[in-house]
Amino acid sequence: MKSKESSSAQDSLVNSAPVNTSGSFDEWKAKRLAPQKERKPGFQSISFRKQPALVAPEQLSDFDYRERLGYPGEFPFTRGVQPTMYRGRLWTMRQFAGFGLAEDTNRRFKYLLAHGQTGLSTAFDMPSLMGYDPDHPKSKGEVGREGVSVSTIEDMERLFEGIALDQVTVSMTINCTSTPAMAMYFAMARRRGIPFDQLGGTIQNDMLKEFIAQKEWISPPEPSVKLSCDIIQYCAEHAPKFNGISISGYHIREAGATAVQELAFTLADGLAYVDHCVKRGMPVDTFAPRLSFFFDVHNDFFEEIAKFRAARRIWAVMMRDRFGAKSEKSMMLRTHAQTAGVSLTAQQPVNNVARVALQALAAILGGVQSLHTNSMDETLSLPTEAAAKVALRTQQIIAEESGVTNTVDPLGGSYYVEKLTNDIETEALDYIRRIDEMGGMLRAVEVGYPQKEIAEAAYRFQLEVDAKEQSIVGVNCYTDDHEQDIPTLHIDIASERLQIERVKAFKQKRDVTKHKAAIERIRADCRAKVNVMPSLIDGVEVGVTLGEISDIYREVFGVYTDPGLI
Amino acid sequence: MSDESAQNAARQNTVKEPRRAAAGAPIRVLIAKPGLDGHDRGAKVVARALRDAGMEVIYTGLHQTPEMIVRSAIQEDVQCIGMSILSGAHMTLFPEVLDLLKSNDASDILLFGGGIIPKRDVEKLKELGVAQIFLPGTPTQDIITWMRTTIGQGVK
Repeated sequence: MKSKESSSAQDSLVNSAPVNTSGSFDEWKAKRLAPQKERKPGFQSISFRKQPALVAPEQLSDFDYRERLGYPGEFPFTRGVQPTMYRGRLWTMRQFAGFGLAEDTNRRFKYLLAHGQTGLSTAFDMPSLMGYDPDHPKSKGEVGREGVSVSTIEDMERLFEGIALDQVTVSMTINCTSTPAMAMYFAMARRRGIPFDQLGGTIQNDMLKEFIAQKEWISPPEPSVKLSCDIIQYCAEHAPKFNGISISGYHIREAGATAVQELAFTLADGLAYVDHCVKRGMPVDTFAPRLSFFFDVHNDFFEEIAKFRAARRIWAVMMRDRFGAKSEKSMMLRTHAQTAGVSLTAQQPVNNVARVALQALAAILGGVQSLHTNSMDETLSLPTEAAAKVALRTQQIIAEESGVTNTVDPLGGSYYVEKLTNDIETEALDYIRRIDEMGGMLRAVEVGYPQKEIAEAAYRFQLEVDAKEQSIVGVNCYTDDHEQDIPTLHIDIASERLQIERVKAFKQKRDVTKHKAAIERIRADCRAKVNVMPSLIDGVEVGVTLGEISDIYREVFGVYTDPGLI
Repeated sequence: MSDESAQNAARQNTVKEPRRAAAGAPIRVLIAKPGLDGHDRGAKVVARALRDAGMEVIYTGLHQTPEMIVRSAIQEDVQCIGMSILSGAHMTLFPEVLDLLKSNDASDILLFGGGIIPKRDVEKLKELGVAQIFLPGTPTQDIITWMRTTIGQGVK
């Protein structure tokens, strides 16, 4: 970036100044910086990135505005995917919620909507996420504990009772059982007479990141990716307002990845899905506009903002050049973000409100489309109503009071932010190239490459925390001998018993003949490797459960076990 | 069976003296992830830290049942088991492992753990026989020191 030409008034000011000013960055570094004592031997981000004392214009001397940034709403979308961004529409305030029985979560949904959230986001329990009905032995002790228990179409209906599915967008965080969950959602819409093309929302449905980070799986990577793409395809054809996938970096980051690894592995996953769909015969512009993303927003303020900007630029170029996308919508990286759960502390939990506020601000300055802010108590349990409200209010305060929403990409042009964006982009592209050389992300996952990178980064971070090279307030500095206790949510074990009774009763009252035929059809479609969605939607309608569908996957596609590497 | 041997058998099925590593021998520990929860960052970081501290660490990997964990612990002849649970299912999973250790005459294998466990549950778990719970924010050195003191031959 070139500095602006001084006006003559400015010239006379400088020339008459009684002090020496540096003519270049090098001069300044030698004359002014070098003699100064700094309070630490070095400064680094939580991603181990060395942070410079200053970024000067010289470091961006060949910066081309049109090529590197562009205008908001235009390729390469660095400054934002919409021309007006939050002047036109605020990001969706979408708090992740789910616990206990469907009606408990339904109540929490309505509470959050009443308090101003603008989209729903569903957290499922481990049995639902791993493909076990509540009455399965492996579900013992886990029903309703990490999220809501959903096993049948009736659970799905209870979950969204009294909520207008054609008016509010719904996100579902579910992956290896995304196909039964999506099927139940569609079947529920069909029962309510809502056409599928009126449904807006997102289903996470990103299996590659499961093998890398979140570790929710049934079958091995290849059939899992196939099932993910079944939803992408089905939504492209029948539910064009529904994002059939949320290509996720959040979990990758939470598992210990650096910001660059999070970005690179997520985008590489995206490339793999696009590649799979294109190979299936789907023209890229027919499905790419409904690919959505999901990133973490962690502690290092500027690194995170730059990460979002680099993400948009890389994706736009990849879609245009690697896949020949013609539609602008195919090149836009639209993303949800969540503040970093792993940054929260169990010690002095009220401090977490401050952490979340800063992280949320970074997400907004980074230009996200949708945001979840963590509750202060999430290091202790699932959020209480009161804590969830504070988290939501944090977003509303940024939206209404901070002023940052009123100008698009306000940090654009900052020397530091633009250099960071460039550097993160370069480093991410390097990783993507390496993954390309391995044969793509599916192959890289099978050989454990991203998993190993993440484990190394996670261990390095812990060593640095232990050595106090990374500071965590309340944990390795500013600790408190007398910790205050805050109220936490308690899931009643009775919920599990009730849900088990419910699913047993549900299975009892099904039409046995119709159910059997539905199971056969699902199994046949799985074997034939056709899109499973039609058989699932009809199947859940006659009472096929999430666990039963998962059992068919185990049978036909196989069972994947954790390699258990440290 | 005589009264005395019946009593001995009964006692054996209850509390035994915890296993200790022999002098000069490394501590053998099983790090386990029970249940359906897949969050393994903590378990893997601890496993690696213990290994780097000179212990013999066996990591079970994910999705272990209590039966699988106890079987592995006995087979691998470890002195202790460390379980990581973030799913909220700790009040089911820790007691099940304790019960299985008892019924397999292996209650001299110490059980400890960590994860997302409310303080009130930490107390309850210790009353049931869990030796120690390490909550979020614990420096890895604290775990190492505790293990060396409790199971090893001294503090380092």
